[in-house]
Amino acid sequence: MSDVPTQEEALAPADVLIEKYPGAVSKDTREGYEGVVVDAGKLVEVATALRDELGFKYLASATAVDYLEDEYFEMVYHACNVDTGGKPLVFKARTARAEAVLPSLVSVWPGADFQEREAWDLMGIRFTGHPNLRRILMWEGFEGHPLRKDWQEPYYEEDAKPFDSRWPEGHVCRAEQLNPYGMNVRYPPGFIYDGYESVADDDTYSGMGVTFDEPPGGIKTGRLVVNIGPHHPSTHGVFRMVATLDGETIEDLHPVMGYLHRNHEKIGERNTFLQNMPYTDRLDYICSMSNNLGYALAVEKLMGVEVPERAELIRVLMVELTRYVNHLWAIGFLLNDLGAFYTPAIYVMNARELILDFFEATAGSRMMCNYMRFGGVFADLPPTVGGRPQLPTDVFREYETMAYLKDLVYEQMPRFVDEFDALLTQNEIVISRARGVGILPPDMAIAYSASGPLLRASGVPYDLRHSDPYSIYDEFDWDIAVRYNGDVYDRLMLRFDEIRQSIRILQQVVPRLEATQGQPVFSGRRAYQVRVPAGESYGRIEAPKGELGFYVVSNGSPNPWRYHVRSTSFINVTGLGELCKGHKVADVVAILGSIDIILGEVDR
Amino acid sequence: MYGQGIAKGMWVTIKHLVDTYLDDLKWWGRRYTDPAVFPERQGPHTRGVFTVQYPEEKLPMPERFRFTPFLVVNDPDAPEHPSHIWCTSCGICAKVCPPQCIWIMRGVHSDTGRPIPEPAEFYIDIDVCMNCGYCAEFCPFDAIKMDHNYELASYDRTAHHIHDLARLSKPVSYWEHIAPTLAANERAAREAEAARKAARKKSAPAKQQDDAK
Repeated sequence: MSDVPTQEEALAPADVLIEKYPGAVSKDTREGYEGVVVDAGKLVEVATALRDELGFKYLASATAVDYLEDEYFEMVYHACNVDTGGKPLVFKARTARAEAVLPSLVSVWPGADFQEREAWDLMGIRFTGHPNLRRILMWEGFEGHPLRKDWQEPYYEEDAKPFDSRWPEGHVCRAEQLNPYGMNVRYPPGFIYDGYESVADDDTYSGMGVTFDEPPGGIKTGRLVVNIGPHHPSTHGVFRMVATLDGETIEDLHPVMGYLHRNHEKIGERNTFLQNMPYTDRLDYICSMSNNLGYALAVEKLMGVEVPERAELIRVLMVELTRYVNHLWAIGFLLNDLGAFYTPAIYVMNARELILDFFEATAGSRMMCNYMRFGGVFADLPPTVGGRPQLPTDVFREYETMAYLKDLVYEQMPRFVDEFDALLTQNEIVISRARGVGILPPDMAIAYSASGPLLRASGVPYDLRHSDPYSIYDEFDWDIAVRYNGDVYDRLMLRFDEIRQSIRILQQVVPRLEATQGQPVFSGRRAYQVRVPAGESYGRIEAPKGELGFYVVSNGSPNPWRYHVRSTSFINVTGLGELCKGHKVADVVAILGSIDIILGEVDR
Repeated sequence: MYGQGIAKGMWVTIKHLVDTYLDDLKWWGRRYTDPAVFPERQGPHTRGVFTVQYPEEKLPMPERFRFTPFLVVNDPDAPEHPSHIWCTSCGICAKVCPPQCIWIMRGVHSDTGRPIPEPAEFYIDIDVCMNCGYCAEFCPFDAIKMDHNYELASYDRTAHHIHDLARLSKPVSYWEHIAPTLAANERAAREAEAARKAARKKSAPAKQQDDAK
């Protein structure tokens, strides 16, 4: 980028678009909304101009909102400029509810692939020109599109919590009685269960059939379709990869997901704003602290509340500790997938235990922390870490909190990282398994909306903590970790680099925590129902796995009108098929491990 | 040289292996008996085996630890209102509960039929509870707290997993035992609030007289 601003750079990108496409692009003038509304007919043209002329090469998020009363769906896109960083550009396209069709943007940003499939699956918007528009989280044959506001689940109770049946006349009954096991699926009218054959997989397998090649004079070879998963230890959960093999080589691979789908977003829209916080813990259950922060940021933006300095410090402390835990976990299990059976993973769990003890003493839970609130955190750091003995059989330990933190940050964590680095990263077997495998070139990483370590290992120095700073990250001195080969080995090593940067941040946080002792950690009044003004907001953070965004639409009621999670793992697997092509079956396991997915977040 | 990386990694595992034996030697015979050893072998400076021998050894939970909620009642031998339940059935916990697992039947006076500040029935479905701690956090009367007892396994999920008033009620001395600092802070806050109210009551009649003049 040149230093002299040209005419176009001086104008905000949104204004450039409005000027260039008069009539087709207009400002979103609704109260509390931002960005531009693009005419559906011009969507692909505008998106192409945005990518090629304005530098918005990265599509961060694409999701749909159902405006039931106004009778339209709105597709909301957030595009980013990865070279300059800064705020995302929001643009929207509308379509009538009765006949919901929009042009697909997969040709412009391949990263829109899964997100548009999700919008089709859950909201029922058809995307013309999408290469593979099938359901992604629900099964083929499922009736209806569950995120539509007029869709109700079987045994539906009420639109919004709290439910009236709980108080003051709470006639208790077991959830199972209302929702009997085996009877809790609603079938389309006229559906006969007997003799029904599922067509769910027909589309997945179509075009992947068994074929034989017999070159003249050569050896007869065949292609084979193999399901890897859903119950396979290397898939880190219930995740299926349908692969076509030519011998040992992958010819084609489709990820199949949704086994852990619980419609987190529908639950979120039934919940009040505050009630969503513990549910975010269950997304990426290794990193509940960073999920909390992302959601808190989105709602705080709408509410316009200030967070006190000490609360920000504690948030950074928690999130960086989470990053340390997550990356260690990812490395440990990647090595496990590569055949270093459980020794590195167990070492990692040992180190992680100390952090979880700290989380438990501070937030009350080891993994489901539920620690952040809108305007601060749940409580200040406790005076001690550990518990007092209650039973005669109890063994106990108790450490002074700040001393414990200092031990961790200045001594134990750096020591462990160095030792863990020595354990396997120079190992010749690991190197031969990981180097040059699953190469993701930078332009492809950007096109596929990859984020986090996956993006940075491909040589794109894009980290939201620098590019679009949130919280107080701009006050710390640290570097973005980047590596340039984009293979499994670089992704592995990049996580080590990031851990070291995290420790660097933590070492700056701890003295400031000591200096701010006794200061408030929450601003405003603690209330069980918060007032959130009408409007939309997109809160995003650099979670350990990548960009984690929460898109929240409020209409002024106690419950969010739309609650969407821009899930890191879900979007990072978009390019998995391309990454695996041409590699051996055993490499698929390594490539998937290096992307680092958590199924709680993929399937939501 | 090829193999150097493997050797380097092996050295780390060997060191770990040797460390466990050195640790055993260090606490010769006292490893699992001396309570002073435990903080050493479970802390940031640990070098040896890191395991807690559950269930022979159990870690006490930190004060803020949250498992399932319980209702606070006065001690049975309290001088005033023994065994009186603190809950006023205001319903805030039922309203803030994210998975909606709290069911409250508001108490009514047996003669007048008017609502009284006491629950007639109170149920928590433990299968549904997500242990988030909101009920305890937002209760204005400190009447619901998070228990530390995590061993709730039972044989029949259809019969034992909805906790009723009798099962939920625990004396305040129990809360003071499992979370002494938190309980002391809460007591101090309640007493300060009561003192503030009493002072305002005292000044209120005087003010009314002033207004009458």
